[in-house]
Amino acid sequence: MTMIFGIALPALLGQLLIGFINGSFYALLSLGLAVIFGLLRVINFAHGAQYMLGAFTAYLLLVHTGIGFWPALVVAPLIVAAISALIERTMLSRLYDLDHLYGLLFTFGLALIIEGTFRWYYGAAGQPYATPQLLSGGTNLGFMFLPNYRGFVVVASIVICLAVWLLIEKTRLGAYLRAATENPQLVQAFGVNVPLLLTLTYALGAGLAGLAGVLAAPIYQVSPLMGSNLIIIVFAVVVIGGMGSIGGAIITGYVLGILEGLTKVFYPEASNIVVFVIMAIVLMLRPAGLFGKEI
Amino acid sequence: MSRTPPERTNGKKPLLEVRDLDGWYGESHVLHRVSLDLMEGETITLVGRNGAGKTTTLRAIMNLLPRREGEIRIDSHDMMKVPVHRTAHHGISYVPEERGIFASLSVTENLMLPPKVADGGMSVEEIFELFPNLAERRNSPGTKLSGGEQQMLAIARILRTGVRIILLDEPTEGLAPVIIQRIGDVLIELKKKGMTLLLVEQNFRFARKVADRFYLMEDGHILESFPTSQLDAKMDRLNEVVGV
Repeated sequence: MTMIFGIALPALLGQLLIGFINGSFYALLSLGLAVIFGLLRVINFAHGAQYMLGAFTAYLLLVHTGIGFWPALVVAPLIVAAISALIERTMLSRLYDLDHLYGLLFTFGLALIIEGTFRWYYGAAGQPYATPQLLSGGTNLGFMFLPNYRGFVVVASIVICLAVWLLIEKTRLGAYLRAATENPQLVQAFGVNVPLLLTLTYALGAGLAGLAGVLAAPIYQVSPLMGSNLIIIVFAVVVIGGMGSIGGAIITGYVLGILEGLTKVFYPEASNIVVFVIMAIVLMLRPAGLFGKEI
Repeated sequence: MSRTPPERTNGKKPLLEVRDLDGWYGESHVLHRVSLDLMEGETITLVGRNGAGKTTTLRAIMNLLPRREGEIRIDSHDMMKVPVHRTAHHGISYVPEERGIFASLSVTENLMLPPKVADGGMSVEEIFELFPNLAERRNSPGTKLSGGEQQMLAIARILRTGVRIILLDEPTEGLAPVIIQRIGDVLIELKKKGMTLLLVEQNFRFARKVADRFYLMEDGHILESFPTSQLDAKMDRLNEVVGV
């Protein structure tokens, strides 16, 4: 058997893949956070709850209406986006003129309410969500066995991240968004409806979290606390990548997922803290993050 | 302090009409009963020392002030209830003192950013003809341009939108004489095309070439207005108020 640094190759590649899958979720979630923070200057602590909402919406659609994974992949993020747009319009938008801390406190409170509500109805235990028929089974890659669904998640997340990056960097809407991030007043004076842009941006970020939630449902179980477990790591990813950098958030998400996977192979004891150790080092050496701009 | 009645040309209604405009930043009352008129195709210049309220007047017209009271009309349309993002759609735009070029956008993206609000704006080709150096740098990031190029880009991007009134806040500030000359030529060119301009400017030599009338401001009040032909006669008074 091939060995690398005394580790069997299949074990190494296996952990690399798990890291890549975790990284896919880190990337999707930190992308949404970065988009929201960039324009709204809100640190969206409800992001984990929105991820959980996406997974639960898919689960509830299946249980109550029989709507399966594929339609849910489109419908559930739209529902999460619509709910979030409503919350932004009616509540969050009232806080923009105040200190940024209020937005953080508001979204944190919102997360507690949403998660608490779901815990009340569904308990803390997870609900299983079946892998879609089309993607059941796996493929033997020669060096390892790849469950088809996990391969799909990796590809889907790359496609989604790329699409969002293109939307922001290459389209007219994206130019409005980038310009409004720098100087919202001037963009508004030019005749762009910036309040609407803020609502759409929050809905986009939350929708991405919802989409990640649906993708996660068949891998992890659908549980009220699935988001709060993940979001702490995702915040560390965002801090490492640098707040507000779209490309930085995506790349950092994947790289840290993979690093975490590799740590599981070489020094399993550190795998739970490696992200935070890196965060501490980055904060000491480059407080604005690897891709962030000094504010 | 007497309010000078604005000069009217043949009883025509002004394109932009500001009456008894008051403005506040938080608690501080910074504009006091500011009134001015801008006829179609005319260029007026606001002069006054730093802090006199010239920039604030422009910002109040664009509805960028936290609180304002009084009357603002464009083509007789009441602008006081028009939200910020609809103001431009009444044919008015703004070149801020800091120019407002977006660093994360390329020159072309900066140029294409302000939405078209009316027909009759210049095409991108016409704009690049008027500003050849912008054409050469169309793919550079906006803030990699020199100060003069940034100023030209800030003016150029508005010409696409079809607005009839442009508010320009100190377009020559910090620029080399040759660039100032170039910007003067551009403004004269725009005047010929019938553009209506409201200029804030400390540089009288520059302003007298483009302006039809001057408004003198101090401590948030308009002191007086006079046509450019009287500029030389008023120079002592200007030096006293503006302190140049």
